[in-house]
Amino acid sequence: MSLQPLGIVVGYLLLALGVGLLAYRVGGSDAEDFYLASRTLGTLVLLFTTFATLLSAFTFFGGPNLAYAAGPEWILVMGVMDGVLFAILWYVIGYRQWLIGRARNYVTLGEMLGDRFASPGLRGLVAGVSLLWLFPYVMLQQMGAGEALRGLTGGAVPYWGGAALITLFMIVYVMLAGLRGVAWTDTLQGLFMLSVLWVAVVWVVSAVGGVGAATEGMVAANPEFAALGGGLYTPQFIISSAVTIAFGVTMFPQINQRFFVAKSATVLKRSFALWPVLVLLLFVPAFMLGAWAAGLPIEVPEGANVLSVLLAEYTPTWFAAVVVAGAMAAMMSSSDSMLLSGSSYFTRDLYRPLVAPDASDRREAWIARIGVAAFATLAFLASLSRPGTLIEVGDTAFSGFALLAPPVMVALYWEATTRDGMIVGVGVPQVLYLLHVLVPATTVEVAGTTVDLLARSYGGWDVALAFMVLGALLTVGISAVSSQSVGEDATRFAVHGD
Amino acid sequence: MTRSIRDWLWIVVFATLVTFSVPWFLWGSSTVVAGLPVWLWWHVGWMGVASVAFALFARTGWDRLMGVETAPARGGDP
Repeated sequence: MSLQPLGIVVGYLLLALGVGLLAYRVGGSDAEDFYLASRTLGTLVLLFTTFATLLSAFTFFGGPNLAYAAGPEWILVMGVMDGVLFAILWYVIGYRQWLIGRARNYVTLGEMLGDRFASPGLRGLVAGVSLLWLFPYVMLQQMGAGEALRGLTGGAVPYWGGAALITLFMIVYVMLAGLRGVAWTDTLQGLFMLSVLWVAVVWVVSAVGGVGAATEGMVAANPEFAALGGGLYTPQFIISSAVTIAFGVTMFPQINQRFFVAKSATVLKRSFALWPVLVLLLFVPAFMLGAWAAGLPIEVPEGANVLSVLLAEYTPTWFAAVVVAGAMAAMMSSSDSMLLSGSSYFTRDLYRPLVAPDASDRREAWIARIGVAAFATLAFLASLSRPGTLIEVGDTAFSGFALLAPPVMVALYWEATTRDGMIVGVGVPQVLYLLHVLVPATTVEVAGTTVDLLARSYGGWDVALAFMVLGALLTVGISAVSSQSVGEDATRFAVHGD
Repeated sequence: MTRSIRDWLWIVVFATLVTFSVPWFLWGSSTVVAGLPVWLWWHVGWMGVASVAFALFARTGWDRLMGVETAPARGGDP
């Protein structure tokens, strides 16, 4: 093994950077263009920029790893959550936000809620919660990249080296390109990833003697892999994962901000209908490769990405490098989108309203850039400790975001929602969930039976599901008993036909 | 705002699409058809069905269900 694949990866990342710079020169330089590309994205670009944002280390490396370890049912989890549930939320939350945002020029979720409820505090709370959960998700990309490069170069590039490389590219890229740049490279990368993934499937499958032989090998090694369910995959696990991830995704800053950027309703409609097909095209080959690998004579070291190992074994080195380069570039664009949206949350919803209301645009732009660099560097340092598998870290972040969705949905559709209802509905579930994440679970004796306290799941159900329900109940309940505060204006969320 | 039967029908369609994204009736089945588990074929077909249903909804029910329909719509594209 040599450093030659590293050259391919770095070359590809530089190419993506070039496209971003080109887009930057095309676009304007004001905040609306930097963060929202002036609300002018067409179907293909919107579809792929949202898609590529999902195309992260979580789906690209975590998914195949899980399929390799536990069986290919993860395809179904991602199908119900991404293909169907997210598409429906795309309409229910996304279209509604687009209608409201278009009328009043909102750029962030916090800004929209803060304006409607006349509450800088709520605005800051939503932004703070979002940044909190964004942190582990950025870490996830760095962890994935670190492992990918190590696997590809046979250990010549250490884990921290790959993680550092992608961190550096992320920071430089976000500082220079803005959303137009991110959206352009996302489109390029989304199309590229889909193509190389299918080439990889054809290559590996023909090397092992066809789809039938690959599946037979998988079943011979793990008889329960072909059966639906079993092992890790209980109905509770499938439903919990699908629901928390689908709702969580809608509240991700980078996805939520995409709801404001479509050029027209037609763009949203087309993206909505194409979504399940795109999900199918991506996840089936990616996760089946992971599952088939279980039946192949390959050695996957502890903590390594099965996809890198598989490709290194069954395809030429240059091709494996191209796939990993594509995946890393996709992870970079995911991270760029996250950092870009995160920086707009930070400057617009926290820094300007709460710290320096009269900061100049120039100063705000600098604060945004410094914030991105600091955030990415801290996430990089945290990723060195490798606190869990890609799926575990990702799932925690998704669940944290998912808790935001119920109060936001109540606010979008129910005029009688009040500021107090929102603050309690957002705040209380977050505090409870954080306690469950940070404090180790304990068991106590109550009246002769043992009861788990602070566990992450009860009877197989993710505890976040209960907090989602609690969030909705609190928002509705507190709104019902409290009265509107001064300045609240429900008409700002009214939608009209055009 | 009153909901028409067509609105409710769409809500039922969405609920059905979500519920059977996982083929619960094939739970435990390990039948392999044409090289892939049979539940994977269901997934492939179901995503196709979902896409067609979403396309139909975008064409006919999109603005009505959101309550923003004003003039009688003439198809989807402007």
